[in-house]
Amino acid sequence: MLRTISGHPVFVYTGGRPFDPQRPVIVFIHGAGHDHSVWNFQARHFAHHGYSVVAPDLPGHGNSGGALLASIEAVADWIVSLLDEMRIAQASLVGHSMGSLVALQTAAQAPERVRRLVLVGGVAPMPVASSLLDAARTNRDLAHSMINQWSYAPASQFGASASPGMCLTNVNRRIMEHQAEGVLASDLAACNAYAQGLDAAARVRCPTAMICGERDQMTPMRAAAALREALSTTARTRIITIPGAGHAMMAETPEILTDSIRGFLLEE
Amino acid sequence: MTQAKTFQTETLALHAGQSPDAGFGARATPIYYTTSYVFPDSDHAAALFNLERPGHVYSRISNPTNAVLEERIAALEGGVGAIATASGQAALHLAIATLMGAGSHIVASRALYGGSHNLLTYTLPRFGITTTFVDPCDTDAWVRAIRPETRLFFGESIGNPGLDVLDIPAVAQIAHDARVPLLIDATLVTPCLQQPFALGADLVLHSATKFLGGHGVAVGGLLVDGGRFDWEASGLFPTLTEPYDGFHGMDFAEESPVAAFALRARREGLRDFGACLSPMNAFQILQGMETLPLRMHAHVANAQTVAEHLLAHPLVQKVSYPGLPTHPGHALAQTLLPQGCGSVMSFELQGGRTAGRAFIEGLRVFSHLANVGDAKSLVIHPASTTHFRMTDEDLASAGIGEGTIRLSIGLENATDLIEDLDRGLHAAGRTLKKG
Repeated sequence: MLRTISGHPVFVYTGGRPFDPQRPVIVFIHGAGHDHSVWNFQARHFAHHGYSVVAPDLPGHGNSGGALLASIEAVADWIVSLLDEMRIAQASLVGHSMGSLVALQTAAQAPERVRRLVLVGGVAPMPVASSLLDAARTNRDLAHSMINQWSYAPASQFGASASPGMCLTNVNRRIMEHQAEGVLASDLAACNAYAQGLDAAARVRCPTAMICGERDQMTPMRAAAALREALSTTARTRIITIPGAGHAMMAETPEILTDSIRGFLLEE
Repeated sequence: MTQAKTFQTETLALHAGQSPDAGFGARATPIYYTTSYVFPDSDHAAALFNLERPGHVYSRISNPTNAVLEERIAALEGGVGAIATASGQAALHLAIATLMGAGSHIVASRALYGGSHNLLTYTLPRFGITTTFVDPCDTDAWVRAIRPETRLFFGESIGNPGLDVLDIPAVAQIAHDARVPLLIDATLVTPCLQQPFALGADLVLHSATKFLGGHGVAVGGLLVDGGRFDWEASGLFPTLTEPYDGFHGMDFAEESPVAAFALRARREGLRDFGACLSPMNAFQILQGMETLPLRMHAHVANAQTVAEHLLAHPLVQKVSYPGLPTHPGHALAQTLLPQGCGSVMSFELQGGRTAGRAFIEGLRVFSHLANVGDAKSLVIHPASTTHFRMTDEDLASAGIGEGTIRLSIGLENATDLIEDLDRGLHAAGRTLKKG
């Protein structure tokens, strides 16, 4: 469905069911150069299991208008505006990669609006290799190839997708190609520049899950330790590792990811 | 410059879409000869039907062996996904039925496989879908044929049987200017010789019966979604951009902007029309695809040798093979088919129908049958077989004469093939002397 925020149309995918504000809400926040469709399986699952799902295309992505937001903080402000526009008092936030930083920052600056926090493939800080930043600016094809190489575990580089007949790396490439020129470069620069992740983590009050792919080369597990430690000072934090998965867990291991999120959201 | 690792065609042909099976570690792709799949519980069953979870429900819609084949061709073509179908014709029908309904119109190359020509000319009009055929090499003709109700452009990489080389970038541009996709039948080239998506095409189909299998034992088809066509921006495809009551009210382009076509083709087209591939055939086609790159290079080398030999023969009036400098599509082929032009060719024999019959009956190595793309060399006389329903006028416009012979050059020793052709040509020559 389309909503208007700050005068710009925003596309919100609701997982195949109408948005119902009476149900508990989950906001799914996509990563750099992506759109809502990376969350298809998870969004459809929760929309059909008692939740209302809000999976927006971030400004300047997918079918949403508006200018790109150049910092994680600005996107977090926008997420709060989205909650306001949709009259959502409180939601669980699930973010992937760049989206995990947005979710983290939102939980830090508007703790009363966030019920639970799920960081999928998230580390802080999230330095981006200069070669990838350069490629995103000057050679998108190369940037897409680098992202595919680092996002998919060795076993899924050849495919054998859980989704019958779908070539996941080519799907990922097309989603990134589908975004306007400059989107990926802006997103990656925002990730690279986000310096206050650990400070934000120390301000998070809600239960938080970090879901890590065992074979993630984009945000490797060893880089997650600092964020885990910062979160654990104030919030109940769970680490969930998906064996064999890379960074693209929504596509590579959709069922395990869905069940991991579900298990965490249902915990007392 | 930093490089990113991407696997090449030879590697993908062996590995894409498959990992050793989790149960027993089988290295080869197992044949999942089952119609249906046990649900662990009711909630899981509902989730599968509802696309909340990936997986298989019923083999008409998806099957694990077929999925390997589908993913392999998608990887080789550079597409987002593929659908395995009962035949190449089923793939063509699935593409059309997914995109349009009664009242719609197709612009197609007139140099098409006879089966495709039949579907578009005689059968689809009964269902309200009409086609305008154009000279594939005349780009203005593609433009002139566009109508408000046009929903698809369709051509072959190399147009059977005249071997016209389609200028895919130019025709794709015309299609996109008209907000419609370009579907390419790439059967004769395979992804080893040309990847139509990289040239601007939006959908690709294969008769996997031909080179992909290569062994001539299994009929099958593949329809590949390139994932680049913007259905929402086009605004001409309500089947992909409006809620579909027949499948959970799904708006396929909203669900997946880049795989809307593949989603609808499987969830509606395979489900309702039912032209699915047998997993046994999928397995057999996969066995062939493992050696596809090796075979295509050998096919091309043999074909070039044979074409040059025929061109020099006094009884041969004309050889149509884009690998020859005499072919009108030669220059374009050097750009669009730098790895070679496949191994199907046609030539015009002096002496017409009588000489043609004598030629075919004089052959020993070539098999006289209605197929192309086998590892074995094949020969046919189109005017009396594959294209016999076409009028003389249509035949002529498709570049087929009474004495046209079509060859599909196989993997035999080239010297043996040339000796066999010379044997046939000698027999044809004797009919001329008698005449």
